[in-house]
Amino acid sequence: MKYSQWSQDAARLLLATLRDEKGPVLMALQLMQKEFGYVNPECVPLIANYFNKSRADVHGVLTFYHDLRTTPPGEHQISICAAEACQAMGARALVTAVKAKFADEVIDSYCFGNCALGPAVMVDGKLIGRATLAKIEQARA
Amino acid sequence: MRVFVPGDSASISIGADEVATKIAQIDSSLTIVRNGSRGALWLETLVEVETANGRIAYGPVTAADVQSLFDADFLNGGAHPLACGKTDEIPWLASQERITFARVGIIDPLSLEEYDQHGGLVGLRNALKLTSEAIINEVTESGLRGRGGAGFPAGIKWKTVAQTTSDQKYICCNADEGDSGTFADRMLIEGDPFTLIEGMTIAGVAVGATEGIVYLRSEYPFAISILQKAIELAREFGWLGTSVLGSTYAFDIQIRVGAGSYVCGEETAMLESIEGKRGVVRAKPPLPAIEGLFGQPTIINNVLTLSTVPMVLAQGAPAYKARGVGRSLGTQVFQLGGNIARGGIVEKAFGVTLKELLETYGGGTYSQKPFRAVQIGGPLGAYFSTEQLDTSMDYESLIAAGGMLGHGGVVVFDDTVDLAVQAKFAMEFCAIESCGKCTPCRIGSTRGAETIDLIIKGVRVDENKKLLLDLCEVMTDGSLCAMGGLTPMPVKSAMVNFPSDFIGATK
Repeated sequence: MKYSQWSQDAARLLLATLRDEKGPVLMALQLMQKEFGYVNPECVPLIANYFNKSRADVHGVLTFYHDLRTTPPGEHQISICAAEACQAMGARALVTAVKAKFADEVIDSYCFGNCALGPAVMVDGKLIGRATLAKIEQARA
Repeated sequence: MRVFVPGDSASISIGADEVATKIAQIDSSLTIVRNGSRGALWLETLVEVETANGRIAYGPVTAADVQSLFDADFLNGGAHPLACGKTDEIPWLASQERITFARVGIIDPLSLEEYDQHGGLVGLRNALKLTSEAIINEVTESGLRGRGGAGFPAGIKWKTVAQTTSDQKYICCNADEGDSGTFADRMLIEGDPFTLIEGMTIAGVAVGATEGIVYLRSEYPFAISILQKAIELAREFGWLGTSVLGSTYAFDIQIRVGAGSYVCGEETAMLESIEGKRGVVRAKPPLPAIEGLFGQPTIINNVLTLSTVPMVLAQGAPAYKARGVGRSLGTQVFQLGGNIARGGIVEKAFGVTLKELLETYGGGTYSQKPFRAVQIGGPLGAYFSTEQLDTSMDYESLIAAGGMLGHGGVVVFDDTVDLAVQAKFAMEFCAIESCGKCTPCRIGSTRGAETIDLIIKGVRVDENKKLLLDLCEVMTDGSLCAMGGLTPMPVKSAMVNFPSDFIGATK
């Protein structure tokens, strides 16, 4: 996935699009991650100042949500559903096999709503049903 | 000529896009409609051809099968090993009672024209002619209860919001469908998004709210984009905006995207999250209906609840409550998932038995090994054994059997499952997803996982089982919300219904 290079100026321009939103902090963090691939720690004071919140408020939100990350992502992101319906279809073994090969890329996730066609995996934003290691390798190629 | 290839993300996950591309390559004169899924996910990709005799289905089709379909003249309903006959006559579909899902899989999800042709907007148009009180009475009369899991009567919630005076009220749709084994909200939004928009608009008109918010999880990127397009189309059409279908009512909808937190499906944590804060549960009272989003009166309903409202207003409360049993009226959209041969959406009147769902519809396990356990109602729901197959699937019967309906998810496991491991996972999941507000949930979940681990390893088994049950009681009684309060349900049901998995290392 392609992301923009982090820059404070670009971030400020993006934050301006949320000026009229009610309760904008989470949206702001999500917007940063969408644009730059991660939330640069410099975003915390930036968002706090922009929306008149404390840095603690912004830091609190940033650290609460599993989706938000503070380091740049690798080239590929493999989210494997580790919840019950996929467990019933062998997700535990799949997680082990994929982690053995692509440890740095794997993100544990819970449920993509594809529970009748498990195990479910999302590779770089693309959902894969009846996932196998081979299908995952093919998708990230 | 029209060919239907589902554009639902489950279908795409097993190759529907490739099937559609291949069909277009072979015959570019065909109009390919990307409909929602009919819900028979085991038949996906289900390709349908529109003929003079109705729609003819073929499935499950892969891109590699497409050429042979053309060779068999599938455009004229030709014989082929994947032929399923007329879609409406496939027994798995024909025997269902589709009300909430009436249009899903049939229409083009983003065609307002088709929506209108298939009975869309009738409910809203009726509502616009009624008083607020009359709309709410109709919803109350229908017996419609919250489909998110709590089962609270929708009409009573609406009445509370209607009677609370405020300059600003909100309609919040909870589309944070985080329960494993549930996917009905996603399929409805992807397959018939206008129904949800219509239900929310009716709610807005009924209680005097002008703003609607859909809290939709980030794990559903495809549903987000379809719903966004549907909202924009509804605005262009003069449905959403300052004058709803030319009336004096104003109503508009905004999507707020979740950020991967399970507890944000709890209604008060969801409100915090929409306000841009940490998703920490609020204490009740005050009820959200009185002090909800940004402190204002707020209706919070699940996708399926709101999407059932248009039908109630279109056909009347008596038609809806004619189905069901006891205090569980109407239909429930059951979702069959996990290790099951024929998984998908089964919408039936309440009162269908678990056996019918698993055998008649589910067709046994996917692995073809014997079925052993079924978890009903998501990660906080109970594990049932083969001895409980006669349980009636309705709110009250499931509670009586030590479980709950939840959001209607049914997850099947074969005989390789170890219920002690599943019980430990329930505690681990709670530890990961707890918002941290209450001690029993925040710390109890970690201690619970450790204790179950000791039982699995055979360390002081009887003593640890007693300790675990005691911990479960503390979590049930001492947590603010269902996250900590219901995590003991899968744990205790596993211990009670599968005692042989909790005897330690000797098993």
